Amino acid sequence: MEAKRLLLGDEAVALAAIDSGLSGVYAYPGTPSTEITEFIQKDSSARERGVHSRWCTNEKTAMEAALGMSYAGKRALVCMKHVGMNVCADPFINSAVTGVSGGLIVLAADDPSMHSSQNEQDSRFYGNFAMIPMFEPSNQQEAYDMVGSAFNLSEELHVPVMMRLVTRLAHSRAEVERGTLREENRLDPSNDRGWILLPAIARKQYLKLIDKQPLMLGESESSPFNALTLTGEKGTGIIACGIAYNYVKEAGPEVSGILKLSHYPLPQEKIRALAAASDKILVIEDGQPFVEHEVRAILGTGYPVEGRLTGTLPRTGELTPDSVGRAVGKPNFRHFPDALNMAPRPPQLCPGCGHRDVYTALNEVIADYPEARVFGDIGCYTLGALPPFRTLSSCVDMGASITMAKGAADAGLYPAIAVIGDSTFTHSGMTGLLDAVNENADVTILISDNLTTAMTGGQDSAGTSKYEGICIGLGVDPSHVKVVVPLSAKIAEIRETIRREIAYHGVSVIIARRECIQSLKRHNARKS
Amino acid sequence: MKKDIILCGVGGQGILSIATVIGEAATASGLHLKQAEVHGMSQRGGDVESDLRLSTEPVNSDLIAQGTADIILSMEPMEALRYLKYLAPDGAVITASEPLVNIPDYPDHEALLSELQALPDVTMCDIGSLALESGNARSANMVLLGMAASRIGLVTPDGLREAIARVFSAKGEKVVEANLSAFDMGMAAAERRTA
Repeated sequence: MEAKRLLLGDEAVALAAIDSGLSGVYAYPGTPSTEITEFIQKDSSARERGVHSRWCTNEKTAMEAALGMSYAGKRALVCMKHVGMNVCADPFINSAVTGVSGGLIVLAADDPSMHSSQNEQDSRFYGNFAMIPMFEPSNQQEAYDMVGSAFNLSEELHVPVMMRLVTRLAHSRAEVERGTLREENRLDPSNDRGWILLPAIARKQYLKLIDKQPLMLGESESSPFNALTLTGEKGTGIIACGIAYNYVKEAGPEVSGILKLSHYPLPQEKIRALAAASDKILVIEDGQPFVEHEVRAILGTGYPVEGRLTGTLPRTGELTPDSVGRAVGKPNFRHFPDALNMAPRPPQLCPGCGHRDVYTALNEVIADYPEARVFGDIGCYTLGALPPFRTLSSCVDMGASITMAKGAADAGLYPAIAVIGDSTFTHSGMTGLLDAVNENADVTILISDNLTTAMTGGQDSAGTSKYEGICIGLGVDPSHVKVVVPLSAKIAEIRETIRREIAYHGVSVIIARRECIQSLKRHNARKS
Repeated sequence: MKKDIILCGVGGQGILSIATVIGEAATASGLHLKQAEVHGMSQRGGDVESDLRLSTEPVNSDLIAQGTADIILSMEPMEALRYLKYLAPDGAVITASEPLVNIPDYPDHEALLSELQALPDVTMCDIGSLALESGNARSANMVLLGMAASRIGLVTPDGLREAIARVFSAKGEKVVEANLSAFDMGMAAAERRTA
């Protein structure tokens, strides 16, 4: 028997997928999901087998490629951070309608408390929306075990299965024991016309999906991952979803019963049984009050249900042993007051980072343009919004810098400037650039190209060495595609380039290219 | 028996390597553990923290509750103070004494150190200088681990030394030696301070 391994929740998922006969993982890096794909990329048996693991350009291309692998009969995993679900929502929702051939797991890693994200949306709403089964593991071992079950369920019901992690499981290590190893599926492309979502076929497929709902419910009612324990005492019944169960166990409250909930759709009979044995229900879930809403609907308005909506738990932010302890009547107490000699230490751009030189030059130029606005994007360079730079006026989603600058320019704002990273540009910036080109919008776009996807730890960037070609190919006038090197010695040159391109009333792209200081260090360390 | 440790510092100081070594030692001696950390944006020069929970029994929560941490182990003195909320009444603070000033409003150094000294159980030393002495400035984190070695209890100093050898073996003999020597210096420094 192999010894237990100490694995992140992400790594447990990755190892389980490899052990369950995975043929391909498809992903775009995003905290806290990145380590799943990285583990598969490094795993020796996955490499020997030739399991696909190269990074995709964005979550939509990842989802579609995974669906293609499933169509061909093989098992695929697509993983992303929660906001990636927004990017791949179209193929994701439709993959439930086409159904799948080889097992397909869609993994979303949510980030309640927004440790490294712009919102704390709860991916369980997506699973519910697509009407597919969902697993929400409570610990690393369960994350491992559920991957095998999810592939089985996916191949049995011919639907994609969603897995939801949260930061505190994705990025927490614990010991994990491996299960049995399975072979990959053989190539077996589908001949089912259901894959062609023309309206006449899609209507039939949608009815098939509806018909599968009772089967999905039956699976979750009898699932070993949904365990109902009744104490025989009257009192509060707790529904603990995913990792909430750990906090409840830690607190050890007096209750009428606990439903450990990790497999959706909601097991209605178990919820009714818990309600019948209790005076009220307390729903404890990380993220948004998804289950709390559903339980109210199941039990009706007369039955008391508490949770985030009633203020028993905080409305926002991740669960902690402290917030759960308070909610179940087992509060923890602090003993030391807050320190007096304390200051916040926000993250900042690394010393020597090229983004710093871009912002230094840009700030010097726009000092002459009080009306200028700089639209930001998602990456390390979002830190240009903070001191000492304070350059950015917006950060919304991948690619929005270019399109928001265009919209603002349409409204008459000048100069409208966008700052976007190389990987973010290929993820979702290129289509917006085409819009700008087609209308000859008066925008100046800075692609701060550090040759990597830096924020998530230095993954390959899909467009490296292709940026001038992409911009010119999309129709930007080649005389307004400029390349500069962001170094402090070159600030004057960068400044003049920005000044000239702002003065040009059309689309210009300035590519500021120098390798990320962190990935440079890693490359040098590897060489020596 | 359990030991809940808050590891903290500034992004890039190597707190995750400390967690890796303790985790390796704990797994080798059959303990249960959970270790939570945050990746991504906060790693860029901001405050970073990892909850490490060791126990002879299975561990439930990935996070440490307030008022219950046995040790705050910090690579930076102000960062040690940031997590006082989590410290148990008889908890120990083991920290580097030299500040990392990368913010404009860093508190007065003397006031900061006297606030730390006023806590009931504090061990502090200049881990950067000791690491330089050990011949590897980058092993300051192992000096800090050495300072805590006799306080962790569930894993022994010898267990930690063996774990250091395994964790750094891929980087070669010299790196292992430098880290072991840094670890030993940290242990000796902590003994001098409690003697």
